[in-house]
Amino acid sequence: MSSPRIRSSIARTPRTFYWMVVPAVVIFFALHTIPVLSGMFFSLTNYAGYGTWDLVGFSNYINLFQDDRVLNSYGFTFGFSIVSTLLVNVIALAIALGLNSKIKFQAAFRGVFFIPYVLAILIIGYVFNYLFANSFPAIFTALGLPGLSGNLLASPDFAWVGIVITTVWQAAAFNVILYLAGLQTISADLYEAAAIDGASGWRRFRSITFPLIGAYFTINMVLSFKSFLQVFDQIVALTAGGPGTSTESIALVIFRGGFQGGEYGYQMANAVVYLFVIIIVSFLQLRILQRREASFS
Amino acid sequence: MTDTLTNTTAPLPADSDASARAPRTRRRLDGGNGGTNWWLTALIAVCSLTVLIPLYFTVVTALKTPDQLGGTGFELPTSIRWENFADAYQLTNFPRALMNTALITVGAVFLTLLTNSLVAYAIARNMHKKFFKGLYFYFLAAIFVPFPIIMLPVVKETALLGIDTPVGLILLYTVYGLSFNIFIFVAYINSIPVELEEAARLDGASTWMVFWKVIFPLLSPMNATVGILTCVWAWNDFLLPLVVLSDPSAQTLPLAQFIFQGQFNTNYPVAFASYLMALAPLLVVYVIAQKWVVSGVTRGSVK
Repeated sequence: MSSPRIRSSIARTPRTFYWMVVPAVVIFFALHTIPVLSGMFFSLTNYAGYGTWDLVGFSNYINLFQDDRVLNSYGFTFGFSIVSTLLVNVIALAIALGLNSKIKFQAAFRGVFFIPYVLAILIIGYVFNYLFANSFPAIFTALGLPGLSGNLLASPDFAWVGIVITTVWQAAAFNVILYLAGLQTISADLYEAAAIDGASGWRRFRSITFPLIGAYFTINMVLSFKSFLQVFDQIVALTAGGPGTSTESIALVIFRGGFQGGEYGYQMANAVVYLFVIIIVSFLQLRILQRREASFS
Repeated sequence: MTDTLTNTTAPLPADSDASARAPRTRRRLDGGNGGTNWWLTALIAVCSLTVLIPLYFTVVTALKTPDQLGGTGFELPTSIRWENFADAYQLTNFPRALMNTALITVGAVFLTLLTNSLVAYAIARNMHKKFFKGLYFYFLAAIFVPFPIIMLPVVKETALLGIDTPVGLILLYTVYGLSFNIFIFVAYINSIPVELEEAARLDGASTWMVFWKVIFPLLSPMNATVGILTCVWAWNDFLLPLVVLSDPSAQTLPLAQFIFQGQFNTNYPVAFASYLMALAPLLVVYVIAQKWVVSGVTRGSVK
């Protein structure tokens, strides 16, 4: 370390490191930060997406809270996200537990359950759209349940159920893999000791499995909730926001109003509110779930 | 789907040590008769039908004639109509969409691996400096920024810069993936001993050479992870190409389905043939490279 050549090379190192990051910072700033900042700026204007604009202060924000369509989309998006997050995590954890136990064809089943991860959700949405409109009604009729034989997606009250089903079908795959990764970090010795103490299956799950994969549970809950709040593709494919506006998500409202409705400035205000909502929700979730994690150990 | 089943019976590398230990433990627990839990196997098999049946529907519907539709959809086609695929091929301009998607995906994966690991390396090795630490949190904060807030302004900006093209999309995937990739690359690089680099430095290697000759090869497992996640994302993404691409001839596979669906949504067999053709490439890659995909995604999640 004392030779001058080495010392000079260490002293020189920082500049190289700067060269490694500066281009990335510039491009990231240009294509990510500038859009966010310019979006925040335009949220204070009455810009339509074309032509001239004026600063209007916070009136966009005030109008947002009186806009039924926007409030509806928040209600729908949150309801959808909460239900989907819970279902995806419960189902994925159950499947991961099953796949992690002593079953035949374990690797083959893992392969099957992971397939939906590589399929485009838009196209899966089109396939499910057909199933909801044609196959499921026919199946329920054949089963002698004509009460269920309508098209789920055509019902303003229940179309969201179809979106949840499609979403859960696609998203569970990814979560299964994450939970499996977590389950494999648990030593078999722990279960052996618990069995000697006479712990039942449910008790072993509650006292060993669940606490030990707590971190995976937290990550999965936060990531899936965050990604469901941005739901877009499956809605375009399944209901296009309908019937009426009953399944319009926040992203869909911003997209439509911003690109087609001449509400550029207004929808940017919506997007800014949405940004803060996502940040607050993510942090709250992290805090609550991590506290729960800690209390287990 | 039988292909999937036969191809995947080899155990995954990740669970080899677990399964080596399991039989011994289980035998002791179950008093000697331990082995396969057949009830659970049956239950899992039934559950796996929820994945397989929609795929089965897709395949059989794509092979039917329109007058064979109706009923529950379980029915096998009475006469197979292969022309559905030829029609879909023409109507969606499939080869062009496939080329565009492949180009964007390969470009995004290539550029992501090349640049994101480099940035993460510089940050990981200089975390004690304020500038790099600040940079780390700057990039990381973007994880919480939802795409819709960027959506409207970025369309203006890419149009202004003339990058409302596949090249622009490659750039956007590379930049928008940076947050998450830095997160997992930095964690991984921290586990690589600095002594390795010091040894190379003593031999006179520059920082660039240290990265390319020492660090980059050591990152292979993480590169596989990031590569797979980027590949699946760029291949299947719909919203970003929808808003950014201005030239209709540049459309990607999901975009082609979207436009096609709007125009020809009455002929379901042709539509399903088109969906199948759009889903197939990645599905085939997955079946062939399944254990890499699964272990790659698993690694990405652990950190």
